[in-house]
Amino acid sequence: METLYPRGFWPAISLPGVLWLIALFVVPFYAIAATAAGRLDPIFGSSIPEWNPLYWQPDAFSFVLDGLASPGGIFREVFLRTIAYVALAVGLCLALGYPVAYYMSRLRGRLRNAFLVLMIVPFWVPYLMRIFAWVNLLQDDGLVNRILAATGFLDPQSWLDGRPSTVILGLVYGWVPFLILPLFAALERIDPSLIEGALDLGASPARAFLRVTLPLSKQGILAGTVIIMLPMFGDFYTAQLLGTQKNAMIGTLISFYLTQATAGPAQGRGAALVIVLALLVSSLTVYYLVSTARAARGAGR
Amino acid sequence: MTELAATVPRPAARASRVRLWLANPWRRPRLLALLGWGFIAWSLVPVGIAILFSFNAGRSRSVWQGFSLRWYVQDPNLSVLHDPILAHAVLQSLKLASLTMLIATPMGVALSIGLARWRGPVSTASNFLMLLPLVTPEIVLASGLFLVFAHLYVPGGTRLFGRRAQLLGHVTWSIPYVVVVMRGRLFGIGKEYEEAAMDLGAPPMEAMRRVLLPMLAPAIFAAFMIVFALSIDDFITSQFLSSGEGSITLPMLIYGTGRTGENPSLNAVATVMLVLSLSAIGLASVVLQRVARRRGTEEAAARELVRFEI
Repeated sequence: METLYPRGFWPAISLPGVLWLIALFVVPFYAIAATAAGRLDPIFGSSIPEWNPLYWQPDAFSFVLDGLASPGGIFREVFLRTIAYVALAVGLCLALGYPVAYYMSRLRGRLRNAFLVLMIVPFWVPYLMRIFAWVNLLQDDGLVNRILAATGFLDPQSWLDGRPSTVILGLVYGWVPFLILPLFAALERIDPSLIEGALDLGASPARAFLRVTLPLSKQGILAGTVIIMLPMFGDFYTAQLLGTQKNAMIGTLISFYLTQATAGPAQGRGAALVIVLALLVSSLTVYYLVSTARAARGAGR
Repeated sequence: MTELAATVPRPAARASRVRLWLANPWRRPRLLALLGWGFIAWSLVPVGIAILFSFNAGRSRSVWQGFSLRWYVQDPNLSVLHDPILAHAVLQSLKLASLTMLIATPMGVALSIGLARWRGPVSTASNFLMLLPLVTPEIVLASGLFLVFAHLYVPGGTRLFGRRAQLLGHVTWSIPYVVVVMRGRLFGIGKEYEEAAMDLGAPPMEAMRRVLLPMLAPAIFAAFMIVFALSIDDFITSQFLSSGEGSITLPMLIYGTGRTGENPSLNAVATVMLVLSLSAIGLASVVLQRVARRRGTEEAAARELVRFEI
């Protein structure tokens, strides 16, 4: 039947999209590498991309790697801080999100639909609005401090003066919905009779959870973790809105080097930082994909 | 367990209830329920408060001073309607989202149909290429786009930064989402309907126009809306590809003045952004749910809608 369509029809209608993605996705990737390995303009001293790989130079790279690796290097602190923030935020997201997803997977009927809808709302509330809502609440004279003062539970604090805890909680607030849904999907797929079987065979509920439910939801945990880690590593706006320069993350540096400090070798260094970030993130993604493939093969056997 | 809960709590019953709960906290998930609904409250209340205070009559961000539309229309200098920067950001976001929607959706729909039917190594490679942006952190793509617009795509020496570069960036970012939205529907439909139409004598193009596209219409509509909402929400790409005041979008405005700005209109700006985003998604989900209800499940539609975001 397919022969009835003119030959080359399918490639032809795919072409605009494919060309667009090549021009504005593949080429930009190459431009990052070309800029990171580029040279400096002889007159202005600014970064110029080198499109021919034969002339690539490692200067910007070695500068960035030196700044990352050497003790007291200029990128080291920001880099370690980013990793610490992301690790803590992901850990908290899991600790909070797993029970919520578990609860959601056990609901039935109307209650479940209502819960699902309320769960989905944050997905479509613009991210910056959700973080901005906290800026209001956490002001010195904001509602949080007012409530604290009224209850006497804790002294009013200046939450926004560069506390890591505020930024980490902001990251958790911003990204945890994206973790809960894949977790929910994984937990929901577990056949309840497996858990009942474990209980009938004498496993304690805790043991049944640890030996049956938790391993069966491992793929959901992995998927959700990767899904929230990808954007979190590039997130600089949360730290900017809820913290100060003290909370700068790797995205802050990239944004600064690329778009603000355009003079001198800054752009090349910014591009090298992007590559470091991309490598870090893609190693996580590859780990996830490999483990998913292995799990799928295991299930098929 | 239910009988126990219904009886008058004698001391013995109470003790055994505690023991039962300790033995299996998950059986009657009170604690979990508390956590679950507490979570929902925690995730929605801050946004609700921001919306509420956008209708505040006074300047305070934390004391309610009565209802008014002051920050939307009434205040002669600071309201969204009268502050030129705020009004411009609303317009800029709307224009950008509309244009992105009009360009990315047709291209993505064509790409999805082509890729679903075209077999061969090039098609496999294109499929892979199409999925890559979905697993790329946005900051990486935005950096790459910044660099090509700074050094490579400079037609006649003019930098495209500003609205043009933002539009190109948003379209790039949206195409894969369109394909993912369409793909679910395309695989559900299969080739049989077109083949039947062609067996009955319809020329191929006619079969596509009269059979396939109408069947895809709900998904196409949903794709339009989702691209619109994605563009309204987007921050990183808009920020990296901007140039000066003319290209400030709503999220950029909140990012730039959220911390320092004493201007209470920001709550109103954020609310406008929320309304734009949610109404697009609301429309998309109504259409998708109609289709899903015909097929039985409402929940599947909701979940499908969520998958796109991921």
